[in-house]
Amino acid sequence: MSKATIPTKTGAENTRLSTLDIELRLLLEAIYLRYNYDFRDYAGASQKRRVVQALRALNCQSVSELQALVLHDQSIFMHLLQYLTIPVSEMFRDPSYFARLREEVLPVLKTYPSLKVWIAGCSTGEEVYSFAILLKEEDLLDRTIIYATDINPQSLEKARKGVFALDRMQLYTKNYQQAGGKRAFSDYYTAAYNAALFDRSLCDNVTFADHSLATDTVFSETHLVSCRNVLIYFNRGLQDRALGLFHESLCHRGFLGLGSKESLDFSDYSHRFEAIDKRERIFRKL
Amino acid sequence: MTRTQADYTQLITSRHIEAVVIGASAGGVEAMLHLFRSLPQRYQLPIIAILHMREMRESKLADLFQHYVSIKVKEAQDKETIRNNTLYFAGPGYHLSIEQSREFSLSCEPPVHFSRPAIDFLMESAADTYGERLAGILLTGANEDGAVGLQKIKHAGGLTVVQDPQEAMADYMPLAAIKLAAPHLVLGLRDIQQFLIALGEQHVH
Repeated sequence: MSKATIPTKTGAENTRLSTLDIELRLLLEAIYLRYNYDFRDYAGASQKRRVVQALRALNCQSVSELQALVLHDQSIFMHLLQYLTIPVSEMFRDPSYFARLREEVLPVLKTYPSLKVWIAGCSTGEEVYSFAILLKEEDLLDRTIIYATDINPQSLEKARKGVFALDRMQLYTKNYQQAGGKRAFSDYYTAAYNAALFDRSLCDNVTFADHSLATDTVFSETHLVSCRNVLIYFNRGLQDRALGLFHESLCHRGFLGLGSKESLDFSDYSHRFEAIDKRERIFRKL
Repeated sequence: MTRTQADYTQLITSRHIEAVVIGASAGGVEAMLHLFRSLPQRYQLPIIAILHMREMRESKLADLFQHYVSIKVKEAQDKETIRNNTLYFAGPGYHLSIEQSREFSLSCEPPVHFSRPAIDFLMESAADTYGERLAGILLTGANEDGAVGLQKIKHAGGLTVVQDPQEAMADYMPLAAIKLAAPHLVLGLRDIQQFLIALGEQHVH
């Protein structure tokens, strides 16, 4: 990471909000008013760091300067959006999570005639393809609708294409095997040049859609919600809003999966779910 | 270069430190055990530590240290409120930040200096939150993580301490920090231990 000058606090600014903090707040307000993307209740510390990085990339001297550009030029906003969201993912990330889903959750879901799965904050789609493969191997994919939602249109577009870097396949194959994969992972993609193109049929029942956990409402009843490494970017209030949407969307005794460091401990919803596997962060609606 | 006890006594009596952040990599387990073993049970300040380990899902650091340390030791959780009298370790695989609300936040940005958690992340956010009421300590280590963070702490008015490179098991991290951040104090572990205890006593008064 670059060590270019970061605007630093001096003197009187320490007592109240720094100029940078004021600028950040105004920027988020401007984005909300102009584009209806609401980042105001994101966890501030890492967000600030990412905006400061964006300043360098977009060649701006200050957040105020960036704000002016963002307000007047949608393409600059789309560029900034790539910093405000965090498209870092891998297939079968935390393999033991998928192994537990296979062992504990899918046998229950098999008892339903049809299934709806919501992957909230699906980013560039690695988790979507992981779920599609998992469901296919358990003979559930044909009767499942997967809703894959995110706020970042560029990420969604990437997810739709299903093309991933070939050099990641070694890690993904290892993850897949540890997750209890039943076939050769390479059965699911075609390698071409430096890319792995995933089997299109995996996405036959996937609906990719723009949906914000900060501003949108529930769109469907679901049996399983997987939302991993998304809530950590929210403050407690926004975490509760998102958990409220999941709770509302889930059917009676529906399942919720979170990221390996996410919990319901500090949430209003802690008593509305029971832990199926505390370590793997798999919960069930009470 | 090493400063004497009189120097740091003077440095800390003029301040009201509310938290300590500390980072290390190679050789860090031994160094931190040495530092934290002697903390009194009534030690008031929160201490937030990052020790670079090979990335793995489970960290045993909190359990390991709890055997030797008399204050509470735990892994920092997302959105957990920071409490006094507690030693927190950053868990593996995620960056750890401190919010203005004095809660922890985790995040998954790419590693910094090949490290996640990165000491720079923690220190920069801690400097933002605590300003001059923060002490930052950087120990032995084999990369330059923490140098920028320590510089941030110093700019925000906080106290900065680096382990004497001549004594450190790996001198790269302390040397990088001394060069970039020009810390207030460069001390041996034994002196840093006394410094930590003195900070805690200062907090009580």
